[in-house]
Amino acid sequence: MDMAVVELSRLQFALTAMYHFLFVPLTLGLSFMLVIMESIYVITKRPIWRVITRFWGKLFGINFVLGVATGLTMEFEFGTNWAYYAHYVGDIFGAPLAIEGLMAFFLEATFVGLMFFGWDRLSRVQHLFVTFLVALGSNLSALWILIANGWMQNPVGATFNPQTMRMEVTDFYAVLFNPVAQAKFVHTVSAGYVCAATFVMGVSAIYLLQGKWTNVARRSMMVAAAFGLASALSVVVLGDESGYTISDNQKMKMAAIEAMWKTEPAPAGLTLVGLPDLATQQTLYAIKVPYVLGVIGTHSLTGQVTGINDLLLQADQRIHSGIIGYDAIQKLKVNQNDVAARAVFEAHKRDVGFALLTKRYVSDPRQASDTQILQAARDTIPNVPVMFWLFRGMAGLGFGFIAYFGMAFWCASSCQFSKPWFLRLAVLMIPLPWLAIEGGWVLAEIGRQPWSVDGVLPTFLGASSLTIPQIWTTIIGFTALYGTLAVIEIRLMIASIRKGPIEPHYPVAPAGSFTGFVPMPAE
Amino acid sequence: MHIPLDYETLRLIWWLLLGVLLIGFALTDGYDLGVATLLPFVARNDEERRLTINAVAPHWEGHQVWFILGGGAIFAAWPFVYAVSFSGFYLAMFLVLAALILRPVGYKYRSKDANPAWRARWDWAIFVSGLVPALVFGVAVGNALAGAPFRFDSDLRMTYEGSLLGLFTPFTLLTGVLSVAMLALHGAGWLAVKIEEGPVLARTRRIALGAGIVSIVLFALGGLMVAKGGMGMHLVGAVDASGPSNPLMSGSAPLSGGWLGNYALHPWMLIAPALGLIGPIVALVGISLRKGLLNFAGSALAIVGTIATVGLSMFPFILPSSIDPRSSLTVWNASSSHLTLFIMLIVTVVFLPIVLLYTAWVMKVLAGRITLADVRTSLDFY
Repeated sequence: MDMAVVELSRLQFALTAMYHFLFVPLTLGLSFMLVIMESIYVITKRPIWRVITRFWGKLFGINFVLGVATGLTMEFEFGTNWAYYAHYVGDIFGAPLAIEGLMAFFLEATFVGLMFFGWDRLSRVQHLFVTFLVALGSNLSALWILIANGWMQNPVGATFNPQTMRMEVTDFYAVLFNPVAQAKFVHTVSAGYVCAATFVMGVSAIYLLQGKWTNVARRSMMVAAAFGLASALSVVVLGDESGYTISDNQKMKMAAIEAMWKTEPAPAGLTLVGLPDLATQQTLYAIKVPYVLGVIGTHSLTGQVTGINDLLLQADQRIHSGIIGYDAIQKLKVNQNDVAARAVFEAHKRDVGFALLTKRYVSDPRQASDTQILQAARDTIPNVPVMFWLFRGMAGLGFGFIAYFGMAFWCASSCQFSKPWFLRLAVLMIPLPWLAIEGGWVLAEIGRQPWSVDGVLPTFLGASSLTIPQIWTTIIGFTALYGTLAVIEIRLMIASIRKGPIEPHYPVAPAGSFTGFVPMPAE
Repeated sequence: MHIPLDYETLRLIWWLLLGVLLIGFALTDGYDLGVATLLPFVARNDEERRLTINAVAPHWEGHQVWFILGGGAIFAAWPFVYAVSFSGFYLAMFLVLAALILRPVGYKYRSKDANPAWRARWDWAIFVSGLVPALVFGVAVGNALAGAPFRFDSDLRMTYEGSLLGLFTPFTLLTGVLSVAMLALHGAGWLAVKIEEGPVLARTRRIALGAGIVSIVLFALGGLMVAKGGMGMHLVGAVDASGPSNPLMSGSAPLSGGWLGNYALHPWMLIAPALGLIGPIVALVGISLRKGLLNFAGSALAIVGTIATVGLSMFPFILPSSIDPRSSLTVWNASSSHLTLFIMLIVTVVFLPIVLLYTAWVMKVLAGRITLADVRTSLDFY
């Protein structure tokens, strides 16, 4: 494998996925906030809530379209840039992607057109239902994508088939109800809700600071404060750390996040901050809270959180075991009916992925020296300082959001959002959820390295057989295209926000709907 | 888990479903692509362009899902096809993606700014976003018929030995132009049922007449090249239709004229190429009689006939290799596992009818011709 092809493919995937995920969280959260706002309109029948819903709907639309457009790239990138990955795990990984299209994305995309174009063609309740289906579709979409991603983190319900040289599904139910996937889903959509709530708070705060559209802004902020507080609590409480004890690799991820080199007696302490030092394998100036990590990580007082060094030894053993399994596969390639080789394969198949790690240093794992095996085992340790700091950044922001929305709640009841300092804070908060979300994605993906599928397929083996100029062409192409679209999108968002919830009068009043709601009635 | 359908049957069903998905995509998103391609030719001023764009504006998002679902379903049911075709046709795929990314953005953002230069740029983007995918999809089908230069090693890692320019041969250019003409005809059919009588529709009819005639000529010519151009494969050795999905365990060899073999065995299959020729004729009749629905039905028939012709001619091949025949992907050696095919079938049987139902409902709610007056007054139009 040409490592430059692998690294460039990773770069392109990271660029396109992180760019796509700038738009998705806002879609996830804003769609449900639209449902809440429109429900209030349907229940109270007060026209201002129609104005509010349509205004945020307009911003939703500008954002939604780029989420859809850039999602296209993601659906095909496993094939274009990770062809061997697609072959190796497509039997399991392809299914949630296809189901996502069929069950979720169709729903969301078919009804979003009606949501924008159907205001005059549907009754109030019908239109609300359409908005709800858009929100449901986009959130179900996230569910299936995270089932796919969760499987990469914790590959359950599948086994290697030496006849087809790939992983095949044995238990679809296990793939669906993968605990890692479930935790990731709740964590990720909640983060999206926080993102949307912060966005609505911030934009409304701009209006309140300017004294414009205060009727719309104050009501929007009320909805956002409640929605945001619930979501911020859910992100942290239902964070996906609960899944970290399930497999060796998840354990490695947690140990790296905690920079925990040695296994501590249970229950282990949680390091709040400190300076992880790779050379001495110590965390300097660490401030530790006793017992907490053991409790969070294992949900018990007696469960042990394994340290990096012990996990390294385990990886070394699994590589040795996997090489025996790899040898059996080579024999089965020659003779499918080799009973002895079949038995050896069955005994060692869960470690075959570890044998593949040595392919980075030697083309045939069976020829790997002990030094090369140890080197491959070391590769299973992710970048500890990066993991350590990313996690603290993300978790710090997560607790920050709880405090912020708690404050917003208090502000709503005590002063009706009249304090300028709070409004300024709300504006400054706008970009932070994106930082936390992108950081969380990087944490999850870097934490899984060197694997693309934990313990099954190393990332460097998954890449397509492409040339470096080919990948540079698409990296430059996507960067130019995405960069241009980002500038345009932000320009349009700002223009729409500047224009505010103003709408011209209906030229012809549609029967049964409210007309002429500008200027806004005074409170 | 007990699977009530055998592997061979499931593979056959998924081959059919692959066709259904491609046809679903070409019938729905195909007219969006056609309308986008027609845009600069049928709409001369800003209002006319907005009329044309809004004829597809509420629908493109749903239609595009056929493309995404196509990708997902090929991944789930035919992982070899997904891996080989998209990494093999790497730069062509990038062109399609870039064009398709421009399209929704073009629709949505074009009319958000009244500046004529801004709108003119987006009009170009929309045109490109219709033309390029239509052309590349046609070229890709041509390459599937002619065979693609790939091979597998014993770990089933694929290497591709072609280039972007290598995709374009006289034959694949012909299939590319055929695809553009047919989708333009289909786009014209949609405009004929969706927008009011007027100058835009008159221009659309003139162009559609040309597109229909080009479709007929190129379809016939393409058929001739497939028959006489030395294309075709056949299976050799024992065929295990329920065997493991490993191309290297099955045998295939080139056979000149092999793509006609199925028609000799099963003459009823000739319905497909017949539809491919009759469809555009029906559309032409519809255009001359000013019956929009007939035009649309004719272009739809043409699309169904053409895709079915390609599938039936090649069966059981899906993507033959031009440099290493035994690496060729067929219905019997390139699918997912038995269990995955079965689970995906259940999901499809449950959800596809639901999708069709609500798509029809949305179409019904938004039914009716749109007019220049709507363009001037609606708050929701792009």
